[in-house]
Amino acid sequence: MTDMALEPARAAAEPAFDRARALSAFKLGDRTFYWVTRVSALFVLIILGGIILSLIIGAWPAIRTYGFDFLFTQRWAPSLQPTPILGALGPIYGTIVTSLIAMAIAIPVGLGIAIFLTELCPMPLRQPIAVAIELLAGIPSIIYGMWGFFVLGPFLADHFEPAIVSAFENVPILNTIFQGPASNLSLFNASLVLSIMILPFITAISRDVFATVPPVLKEAAYGVGCTTWEVVRNVVLPYTRVGVIGGVMLALGRALGETMAVTFIIGNSFKISGSLFAPGTTISAAIASEFAESDGLHQSALILLGLLLFVLTFCVLTAARLMLRRLERKAGA
Amino acid sequence: MSESATVLKPVESQPANRPSPSDIKLSIRNLNFYYGTTKALKNINLELETNKVTAFIGPSGCGKSTLLRILNRMYDLYPNQRAEGEVLLDGQNVLDPKLDINLLRARVGMVFQKPTPFPMTIYDNIAFGIRLYEKLPKSEMDGRVEAALRGAALWEEVKNKLNASGLSLSGGQQQRLCIARTVAIRPEVILFDEPCSALDPISTAKIEELIDELKTRYTIAIVTHNMQQAARCSDKTAFMYLGDLIEFDQTSKIFMSPEQKQTQDYITGRFG
Amino acid sequence: MNSIYASRRRSDKIIKVLCYAAAIFGVGWLCLILYTLLVNGLVGLHPRIFTQMTPPPGVQDGGLLNAIVGSLIMTSIGVAIGTPLGLFAGTWLAEYGRYSKLTGVIRFVNDILLSAPSIIIGLFVYGAIVVPMGGFSGIAGSIALAVIVIPVVVRTTEDMLNLVPNHLREAASALGMPRAYVITKVSYSAARAGLITGVLLATARVAGETAPLLFTALSNQFWSVNLTSTMANLPVTINNFVNNPDPNWKQLAWTGALLITVTVLSLNIIARTLGAERKPK
Repeated sequence: MTDMALEPARAAAEPAFDRARALSAFKLGDRTFYWVTRVSALFVLIILGGIILSLIIGAWPAIRTYGFDFLFTQRWAPSLQPTPILGALGPIYGTIVTSLIAMAIAIPVGLGIAIFLTELCPMPLRQPIAVAIELLAGIPSIIYGMWGFFVLGPFLADHFEPAIVSAFENVPILNTIFQGPASNLSLFNASLVLSIMILPFITAISRDVFATVPPVLKEAAYGVGCTTWEVVRNVVLPYTRVGVIGGVMLALGRALGETMAVTFIIGNSFKISGSLFAPGTTISAAIASEFAESDGLHQSALILLGLLLFVLTFCVLTAARLMLRRLERKAGA
Repeated sequence: MSESATVLKPVESQPANRPSPSDIKLSIRNLNFYYGTTKALKNINLELETNKVTAFIGPSGCGKSTLLRILNRMYDLYPNQRAEGEVLLDGQNVLDPKLDINLLRARVGMVFQKPTPFPMTIYDNIAFGIRLYEKLPKSEMDGRVEAALRGAALWEEVKNKLNASGLSLSGGQQQRLCIARTVAIRPEVILFDEPCSALDPISTAKIEELIDELKTRYTIAIVTHNMQQAARCSDKTAFMYLGDLIEFDQTSKIFMSPEQKQTQDYITGRFG
Repeated sequence: MNSIYASRRRSDKIIKVLCYAAAIFGVGWLCLILYTLLVNGLVGLHPRIFTQMTPPPGVQDGGLLNAIVGSLIMTSIGVAIGTPLGLFAGTWLAEYGRYSKLTGVIRFVNDILLSAPSIIIGLFVYGAIVVPMGGFSGIAGSIALAVIVIPVVVRTTEDMLNLVPNHLREAASALGMPRAYVITKVSYSAARAGLITGVLLATARVAGETAPLLFTALSNQFWSVNLTSTMANLPVTINNFVNNPDPNWKQLAWTGALLITVTVLSLNIIARTLGAERKPK
């Protein structure tokens, strides 16, 4: 036994030395890889910092000139001499109104489709429709913008808007909201295009979120004789509430910042009008259409608009992510 | 040569009965282990003898796998896990933070519960580890791969499909591939962490046979839930319970006439 | 059948009808968009689209060659810059930093970047690259696209590496393999399909991005392969042509839009089939 024990010990002792050398050759690569990945990870933070910093620096002249008045001024006169008068009220109003209308249309429809896909749709069709919807979420937004400009806008102006205007002619309030000459370019048209664009987004997220409901919960509810709608209302929606709200907020973040889908069709008017059928603008549309030809204070004001948009979306996205994370933790537990 | 050295008697006080130093491959002294603040191992003292198979048995959660994962510092991969005490491999402390753990792991190989072939060809699964340490010409590498596969009794089954994915093998073959991979880098100690618990009886028998063969060249530690397996293939057996090493002795002694009541209860199936 | 049950049945019916209506309504709109795009785009699809430059106003025919080439160049460079950075960052999050507090912060910031409005990225690159460089340039456009690629790749890389079972890492480490090799040889190859999917999805995402190019690469009407000056590209060309009354330009815009959509959809489909085919085991 003792002899046998000695033999491999000697054999092992020999390669051990080589191994140490072989391994030390990897040391540098190992350390380097660690630091490269670590620096890359930190780079993500640097990008966010860079975005915030560059927006603040770019917006500084406008902040100094206009201060808080920027938020409450409607007039947008970039070529006024000696100092242009610039206010963000129009774009902020347009951004919020278009996003809210788009959400009001897209949430019920998007949730409806998601419920359809998870509860009602015949099995063989579920996957294809779900994939189709997810693919549509990937179509570049400029396509939606073009379609709105060439197809939806003219259609609404010719057929939809005149009908609505005359229908509400004698109804107070509504006749203010829906008034004026029909136009290809309006807040309402932009909202509609926006809602179609975020629709697949809401559907895709809601469907994912609905899939986190444990089947036993649903089965138990069906087991006591609940109808499909009752299962959805009493089991699926309460269980996924946080996640659905998170998904909706994510879509809202998207709608707030969406540029190309609205720029073509909103009319680019900084004047706030009571009517939804009048042209308007959003923050991103204003930046997209004016930035390349701007300079000085005008450009700085546009960057300040961008900063406002970033802060706005940052808050919305933060809320959305926190909610989605809460759901994830629930699903994981 | 190695007489009963149960941990109940302090090691230091029994110099005469201890196996001669050259026969001790791994020596565990006053070892404590913590998961966060939970103490998972309590003052373990134990020695693994060269070219012997030492089995660790005990109910789930008794710390036997934990102990095994200390021997090659596998716990280092996770945060908040901490070992205190000494584990001496040929007299060198494994727990020394300055120790090169990759070098340690090359000397102390490990085979896991689930077969873990890498997502690459059978050939590369073996060659991969060798390439870490040695630059070999193709022909020599072929020889090493074949030797390793023969060593794990797998060569005849895979010699015609060395370029197939390692994942295409059956569970038992995958496990032998993992053993071949471990053997290929010429370790001194091989740790088996419940190597057969995911395998059918025939594959299990093959692995046990293999372990018996391997002990002529390596020092082996095996964690198992299967007491017959421990009885069949080990020389010495350690029984652990709730983080304590209850009894450690010759396998025949543990199974025939254990000194501790807990050991006897476990072995006769009264708990665990 | 009692009245409570009847009313429950009724509301269930109504909701079901509404859901069907929503599905038809939603899917209908989207089909309509694709249909319009196909009809209008195919009319103008002609070999010269790929062989001729964008025409000056009022000139007939012409193609989109310079815009297509410019888009290819900028997308490739953007993906080439963004992919390694994203891959490495995702690797750190999933492998080294999995239990670190910093990981939570980085993941959160990355999620924010993932959904940040792309026009903001354009403003950022304008301030960080265009102004210091003294003018619009193809490289600025590429960097803007890279900034969009990074969070997408970080996210998919982290998700995919998290799916690689820990026992594979343990097995590799047990051979004495240094961590970097465990990651590059074992984790990466186990997650390969997923990682490629992530890069393809990121490419699809930037291939049609317009907003971040508007004031970084700008665009132009010529053959432009010089990265330090303005560079023609498909999305901004479409943007400019749509806003012009010239019917020839309008037609080219539709055709360009069709090309972009087909590219993006194909990339998405390839990514999805690849991702579904071999999920990490």
